[in-house]
Amino acid sequence: MGYPHKPHPKETVVLSKHFGEADARTHKGWVKRGGYESLAQALTMEPARVIDIVKESGLRGRGGAGFPTGLKWSFMPKEKKKPHYLCVNADESEPGTFKDREIMRWTPHALLEGAAIAAHAIQAEVVYIYIRGEFTEPWAVMEKALAEATAAGVFGVIKLYLHRGAGAYICGEETALMNSIEGKRGNPRIKPPFPAAAGVFGMPTTINNVETLAAVPLVLKKGAAWYKGLSLSSPKSTGTKLFSVCGHVQKPGNYEVTMGFPLKDLLYDLCGGMPPGRTLKACIPGGSSVPILNREETEGCLLDYEGVVEKGSMLGSGGVIVFDDSTDMVYQIMRLARFYAHESCAQCTQCREGTAWTTKILERILSGQGKTADLDLLLDLADNMTGKTICVLSDSCAAPVVSGIKKFKKEFEDYIAGRRKPVSVA
Amino acid sequence: MADELVNLTIDGVPVGVPKGTLVIEAAKQAGVLVPHYCYHPGLPVAGVCRMCLVDIEKAPKLQIACATQVAEGMVVRTQSPQAKSGRMGVLELLLINHPLDCPICDQAGECELQDFTFQEGRPATRYSPDYAKRFNPVEDFGPDVLYVPNRCILCTRCVRFMEDVAQEPVLNVSERGDRAFIGIHSEGRLDHPWAGNVVDLCPVGSLLSKDFLHKARAWELDKAASICTGCSQGCNVTLDTRENVVVRVRPRPNLDVNRYFICDHGRMNYRWMNRGDRIEAPLVRRDGELHATDWDEALDVVASRLRGAGGAAVALVSPRVSTEALFFARELFRGHEWSGAFQVVMGEEAPLAGVPNLALRAERAPNGRGAELLGYHRDYASALAAAETAAVVLVLDEPDIAVRTAGKLVYVGTVLPERARDAEVVLPIANVAEEEGTFVNRDGRVQRYFQAKPAPGMARPAWWVFAELVATLQGGGHVATAADAFDRLAASIEAFRGLSYPQLGFAGPR
Repeated sequence: MGYPHKPHPKETVVLSKHFGEADARTHKGWVKRGGYESLAQALTMEPARVIDIVKESGLRGRGGAGFPTGLKWSFMPKEKKKPHYLCVNADESEPGTFKDREIMRWTPHALLEGAAIAAHAIQAEVVYIYIRGEFTEPWAVMEKALAEATAAGVFGVIKLYLHRGAGAYICGEETALMNSIEGKRGNPRIKPPFPAAAGVFGMPTTINNVETLAAVPLVLKKGAAWYKGLSLSSPKSTGTKLFSVCGHVQKPGNYEVTMGFPLKDLLYDLCGGMPPGRTLKACIPGGSSVPILNREETEGCLLDYEGVVEKGSMLGSGGVIVFDDSTDMVYQIMRLARFYAHESCAQCTQCREGTAWTTKILERILSGQGKTADLDLLLDLADNMTGKTICVLSDSCAAPVVSGIKKFKKEFEDYIAGRRKPVSVA
Repeated sequence: MADELVNLTIDGVPVGVPKGTLVIEAAKQAGVLVPHYCYHPGLPVAGVCRMCLVDIEKAPKLQIACATQVAEGMVVRTQSPQAKSGRMGVLELLLINHPLDCPICDQAGECELQDFTFQEGRPATRYSPDYAKRFNPVEDFGPDVLYVPNRCILCTRCVRFMEDVAQEPVLNVSERGDRAFIGIHSEGRLDHPWAGNVVDLCPVGSLLSKDFLHKARAWELDKAASICTGCSQGCNVTLDTRENVVVRVRPRPNLDVNRYFICDHGRMNYRWMNRGDRIEAPLVRRDGELHATDWDEALDVVASRLRGAGGAAVALVSPRVSTEALFFARELFRGHEWSGAFQVVMGEEAPLAGVPNLALRAERAPNGRGAELLGYHRDYASALAAAETAAVVLVLDEPDIAVRTAGKLVYVGTVLPERARDAEVVLPIANVAEEEGTFVNRDGRVQRYFQAKPAPGMARPAWWVFAELVATLQGGGHVATAADAFDRLAASIEAFRGLSYPQLGFAGPR
């Protein structure tokens, strides 16, 4: 659902409060809404104090890994000996995820303000905002907002730059993103060294997701306790989260709810449920890289970092992909695998070859030529592709395959046994 | 340096290594070779092939030995079921797009993909023959390098060599996923003077030397440690011979001289070692013509000419013969008013940017420094002038020298040039591939080379020829081996004092 629209009563509108208000995109409009007050306040504070507040708020990374943001900032050297950098990961490319896009489209200044606060906290003088190449409209909005805010002098000594990606999923991986900023091929780097020790240009670097940083001004303005209070469940998951819901629901779109919100309510209340006459079959709760949940798991799942893990998946980026009972799970999983095979950076053997082979096996099953042994082979391949490579792209390809075979095995077997009509995989 | 050692065990073997050592290097010290492809000690770590997966106690998952530093008390297992299965998985994946064309591949027999697959790979693939394999045509990368993309495992050693060592980044990884291949700059060529190293670095048969293409199967080769004669750098090399023909020169690692590399000039500088127009028997002048004879007569003739003789003796020697030969060639003329000279062909210097003090040197001879240490000088013109009036002139393996002399000309060499037909005596000697000896490189480093093939006919090492003459004329006993020859040299020349063949070993003075 596009903006503007009235939020659903069950939403907790914090980040998305001004979505749809064209005026909020301007510096003047943002200031009118109380914008840049948090930054002005932060710049008068000791960096360590800012980090402490963010730590207390319980804010965790919204890009997928859910790492505590304040803790991440605290890894930066206290005593600054080299230039420090902040990278903003706005390369939102996880299939099923489109929340950062809306933040940049509607509240670019929230991101800029949050980024500047973070830069102050980690003593960085330069911020690189790495924006997905396909995001043409968000790019234009961000460019304008940055120009206006810079002209207004709100950032003090901090310099912010926009850097445009060129259309590679892997450049959303933090170290690949840094290579890309440096003008190199977007290959993930071996860790250690971690970015806080040697990141972009070999200097201490922190990298945060757009949604994470957009929340920071509010944390400062309303206090850590307020943010921490925005939780329905685990004290380890606080605040609100934007969920991008796509697939078989009546009202797909972005929804902002507090941590711990039931996934069932998100799908059936906020999104209006499945199309008429259909029932829920499966759901990928956190972007294409996380394991698939079946109906029971989905309907019992609480949307916070711990709740989703409890059901065997991950909160990830909050990209919720919904499948109703008309869905061919084998086909969907093949499409995911094909995506990863296309996007593998080709460094690690297991990923380069494994994602492509996985795709070929799935295509063959769909075309009616599958063998019974193919399922064990897929699982064994997935095992080889999990936890053995530089980054997690290969793991991400394996996750839906493993969970898919585990939970929807019959659909695979039907293709293999010839009980289901082959489909074109071109 | 009193670096503190870090203690760890690898497959049950305790080792102590300096802090910062990589597990893969520590394993070597424990006698364990962790299978690997992308790792190479002469290149920056890439950590991409994932072949060196090992089990490290307390680590949550398998780690790559090439990018993991040792830690005190670390327990590494390369043979745990998890580690073996992880590596087996990598091998299977490396082979799915591989053409398996070992029977026609130059690398077969010295291929790390073959070796590790035999060692710990799957007996059969599960990659159905229904699936197509990646195909890309062979590319001409440079003067001596072919790229066979179908065999490539994308370890990126070649890319890293050109980027970080040669510092001429003409190669990259192009494309993504399983479409990836090694690309070359659209206007670039792999024609850097050190580019040939990518062929050695390639662990599979993907980068091939045109020069070596289809010349031999790896198992037909015999190998001998040698020293490159291409310049004064003294790079350590291996001479590969097939049926006593030198067919390839490859670098032999020596961290003090050439690390893991040699230049293309040195790599291609071997064909002369196989020349067919060699002198195979000693020749003596009789009735105005040279006649073949045996060593006894030939040495007798030279000895009789030199015995009791005096006057000026001029030696025109090659800076490509052994230090031992140069020593005894000088000893021979003790009773004479001796002078010796050599000349060195000069060329362009071509440094390898990423390695300090490593270059194809302008001075294109391996033993100029050795000749200098033994008293030979570089004023060749004056030596030639002196030769005209000298009583005896010795020419040592310099076939292109236009020497005119009123005295006796003794020519000692590998081949017989037209000009040397005026010689009283012609003595056939072995070339560098056919004998043992030493060279002294530009930094004064004395290095041994070893015999790779037999000398033709009756040709003998030059040090033996001169040592025999010295023994005949001056006494002091026969010299039976190259080691003895070197000992005699070391005993009388200050710069070599204290050195011996065993002490020099394969890598030079310790």
